[in-house]
Order: sequence, then C-alpha cells, then structure tokens
Amino acid sequence: MTKREPFFWITISCGLVIMAFILLPLIEMMTAPSFSMLKETIKDKDVLRSIWLSIYTAGLAALISFVFGTPLAYLLARTSFRGKRLVESIIDLPIVIPHPVVGIAILGIAGKNHWFGQIISELGIRIMGSVTGIVVVLTFVGMPFYVNTVKNGFEAISPRLEKVSRSLGASMFSTFFRITFPLAWRSMLVGIIMCSARAISEFGAVIIVAYHPMIAPVLIYERFEAYGLKYSQPVAVWLVFICLLLFLILRVLTSSTGEKKA
Amino acid sequence: MIKTENLKVNLPGFDLHNINLSIEEGEFFVLMGPTGAGKTVLLEAMAGLIPVESGRIIIEGKDVTKLPPEKRGISIVYQDHALFPHLTVMENIRYGLHFHRIDEKEADKRLNRLLHELDLAHLEKRLPENLSGGELQRVALARALMVNPSVLLLDEPFSALDARFREGIRSGLKKLHQSSGVTFLMVTHDFADALSLAGRAAVMNDGMIEQTSSMDDIFQRPDSKFVADFVGMKNLFSVKFDGTRAAIDDLKIELGRTPVNSHGYIAIRPEDIVLSKEAFSSSMRNSFRGTVSGVFDRGFYYEIQVRVGETIFKSLITKRSLFELGIQEGIDAFISFKSTAIHNF
Repeated sequence: MTKREPFFWITISCGLVIMAFILLPLIEMMTAPSFSMLKETIKDKDVLRSIWLSIYTAGLAALISFVFGTPLAYLLARTSFRGKRLVESIIDLPIVIPHPVVGIAILGIAGKNHWFGQIISELGIRIMGSVTGIVVVLTFVGMPFYVNTVKNGFEAISPRLEKVSRSLGASMFSTFFRITFPLAWRSMLVGIIMCSARAISEFGAVIIVAYHPMIAPVLIYERFEAYGLKYSQPVAVWLVFICLLLFLILRVLTSSTGEKKA
Repeated sequence: MIKTENLKVNLPGFDLHNINLSIEEGEFFVLMGPTGAGKTVLLEAMAGLIPVESGRIIIEGKDVTKLPPEKRGISIVYQDHALFPHLTVMENIRYGLHFHRIDEKEADKRLNRLLHELDLAHLEKRLPENLSGGELQRVALARALMVNPSVLLLDEPFSALDARFREGIRSGLKKLHQSSGVTFLMVTHDFADALSLAGRAAVMNDGMIEQTSSMDDIFQRPDSKFVADFVGMKNLFSVKFDGTRAAIDDLKIELGRTPVNSHGYIAIRPEDIVLSKEAFSSSMRNSFRGTVSGVFDRGFYYEIQVRVGETIFKSLITKRSLFELGIQEGIDAFISFKSTAIHNF
C-alpha cells in the first residue's frame, strides 16, 4: 500500500470530527428517554395534536409552493429577462432573513393598522394566533427551497424537447403536461420534501405569529421552559422519528417508480 | 414550399437580417455556413420557435409569420435527436398524432412505411436511452415525418454520427426524401453531404445569406470572397470518371478504384497534398507539375495554391517547410498525393 500523505489524514480527521459533532447530540437525544416515557408521551393529546399540526401545516406550505412556485420555477429556468437576477435574489431572501424578523415582518402587514391587514380581516382571515398564520409563515420560509430545486430540475430538461413537441403540433399546455411535467415531477417531489422539511423545523417565526395553536417545535420549547430537558426530549424524539419516516416513505416511493421507468 | 421575405431576427448578441429564401415544393435544399453563422437560428425562426422581428415566412402560399409553431406544419430534427426520453420508440413516433386529425388507416399506412423504410420495427418498445446514435436518428426522422409536414428541417443530422455510417445514412435520407415527397431543408457543414443530397444550397455568414444557387454554382462560381474561401479550403473538383481515373478537364487523376457513377466529385484534403520543388519519386500515384499561384498565411500553416493547367490545388505546409523549400509565388513546383487520399462521390 502506498503511504498516505499528511493531507489525506487531515481531511479524514476533519470529516470524523464533523460526523461526531452531528451524530453525538442526536444519538444522545434519541436514546435518552426511556421506552415507557416515549409510550406515555405519544398518548398525550397535546403532543399528538402539535405533531399533527406541524405535519399538515408544513404539507400545506409545500402544496402552496407547488401550485405557485412551479410556474415561477419554469419561468426562471426557461427565460432570461432584465432583472432576473433581482427576482432570484428576492426568492432567496427568506433564507437569509433571521427567523423572528420574518414573523415580525408578516405581522406588520397583517395588523389592523395596515391596508392589507384591513382587507384580509374584512374577508374574515386572521393571521395572528391561527393555523392560517402558521401556514403563511411556513410557506414564506419554505418557498425558496421549492423554487430553487424545481428550477434546477427544469433546467436539466433540454428546451429542444419542448421545441420538437411544439413543432409536432402540441400546444404549450400539452407540451408541458406530456413532456416537461413527466420529466420534472421527480425534482418537484424533491422540492416538496425540501420545502416541508424546512417548514417543519421553523420555530422563530412561528412563535411570533402564533404561539397557539401549538406546533411541535413550540410545544418542545414550552415543555423545556416549564419542566426542563427531560420532558422536552420525548416530544423531540417523536417529531424527528415521524418526520424521518415520512421523508423516507416519499423517497422510497419516488425511487422505486423511477427504477421501473428506467 | 417555404419562402422567407426580408426576415429579420433579433436575439441578444446575435442578429439575422434580410433573409430571402425560396425553397420549392419537394426540393432538397441545403443551408451551409461556418459555426455561428445563424443556420440553426434561421431554422428555429422558420419553425416559429424564435420570435421574428420583421419580414414574412410563407409556407405553401400561406403567411405563417404570426402562427405558433404547432400550427405551421414544420417538423424539425435536431443534431442531438431530442427524443422524448420517457416515451418508447413507438410512443415517440406516434407523438404528433395526438394533435393531428389524421385518418387512422392512413396513419397506420404511413407508420408502417416509415418503420419499414427506417428499419425500426424491431425497436418499437425500447426507450431512447437503449438505442445507438444511428437508431436515435432514424426514430427522430420517423417522428418528424409521421405528421406529414409541409417542410422538414434537419439541423446537422449527421454530425453526431460515426463517419463510417454516414454514407449509408446519407443514401437512406435521399430515399426517404423521394418516397415522402416532403420538402427538406438541411443544415450541414459537410460538402460531401451537401453535394450528394441537395440540388440547391444557400451559404450563410454572420446572420446573412451570402449566396443562393445550384450546388455547382456555389462550388464553381462563388459570388463572394467569403463563399470562395468557405468552399475553397478544400480541393473539390467536378470530374468525369473513366475506369479507375477521374478527369478534371485534361488532368487525369488515378483513384486506384472504379467509382460506380460516371460523373461526380473528388475531394482531397489540402494537408494530403505534398509539395516539392523537384519531381517526387515515391509510391504516390499522382504527381503533377504546376506553378505556385498564391501563398497565404493561415496562422500555424501556410496555404499554397498551385495551378496545374486550369486547375488550382491547395496544399498546407508549415512555415519551416516554406523556407526550406523556398516556395514563393511564380516558381514551379510539384504536387503529389496518394490515391487513397482522394474522396470521390
């Protein structure tokens, strides 16, 4: 065997440090609660309700991103126009803004003092302390992940396929549904996973807009504040476990149908 | 029939201007020109895939300038074939039928004819990723012709293919053109393709048409310096074949083989022509005495033009050989080339 250079050992040790850094706290947290405690926690109505609320608000955020983000992602992938860079930076803004600031910003326009707040309150929509508010916040923080992922997906499809389809008599709509969508749907699924994963982990912005109804991260925070580490851990374990399971199912579903296609 | 009138296209960093072309019903027309001349842009503008600034595009007497691509009846075959990767060969070929009202019997007849002519029947259920380059090409052709277009646009259809198969595919395409009766407009930069397939051609440069005329005129009587340079880099001659020899006027060139046609062309790459000051004794079958009529600096090489009788041969030599041989305009020199270096068609 050839002798490895010091550089090689440096890369390896840095990698090991990072692995330990990520895995140690997670393993500790996952293994800390006893089995009976986990069982007791999942019977707790508040815990179940908050995890369910987390999952379906994040799912809704992903759905909204899918409906509105897909056409935008397509536009960004296929056209070049003046100010495209600006549009792209605006889409990335929610990633770089501190989370509590997002909450404050959204509350700012949702209040009675703002014309937008007045319009939506006339319509009977409440942002502060409502499920609607949670979905709005989660969509705000999750949307960039969807748009960017799907934009890359569209860019990977040759525009010539669409051109050929048009020349063979298909309208733009037919072309999109017969050619572009079947080739891009997997990147849309990845986008949905990225978006909902980001949404489900949001805490800072949600707690400002809606402490109640309580999503799982807020509940974990509350248990930690009121009863300490030991009581917050089991809820965290369940949240992580259920999220991983959901994403795993999505991944398996997409890759298995993908293999059949190939 | 397809015609463009003063067509103008503005793309970021690239323009087409004043494009006037008129291609007859059922014609095989070739568009030539260097890379970046705008050949593909012109094809896509005709097909409605790129917006037109001004001018008109007329297909079978109908102004289609404002029509979307799906209403024009123009099919396009790209160099990379652009087959739909998620559809089988059959689904690819039948794709256009979803959008055309074609009598089922007639569609089946056309499908069977195309499958037979392009030898695709055994590939029906395959996906494009499992096909060879030549097969992809044939599927793309079948798909384009399945909708019975008024015009078929071919964007350098051979350049992605192995040179060994070109001959076969070329003759296949010729047959397909004859049996389908569709107007073909092909972009190519290969003179052999152009000469063996097309009757007429246009040469494009920098977004403009330099010359439109018969194949012979383009090679024998170029209108502009650009066209002359463009077609002249190669030693390409219209010849009569007689046995194993090809005659350029009085000049007899030994091919070492018997061509099947009596009239045709021969081409010799300039770097295959050896230049010397004295008669060259070697295995080379063809050696002629001529006069150096031009010396041109081509960067890494010098292009030397030697006139033999009425025929001008071009040879490439390095700067060093130029000085060693003492080549200059007006002196006598010998050119020699092997019969295997001659391409005939």
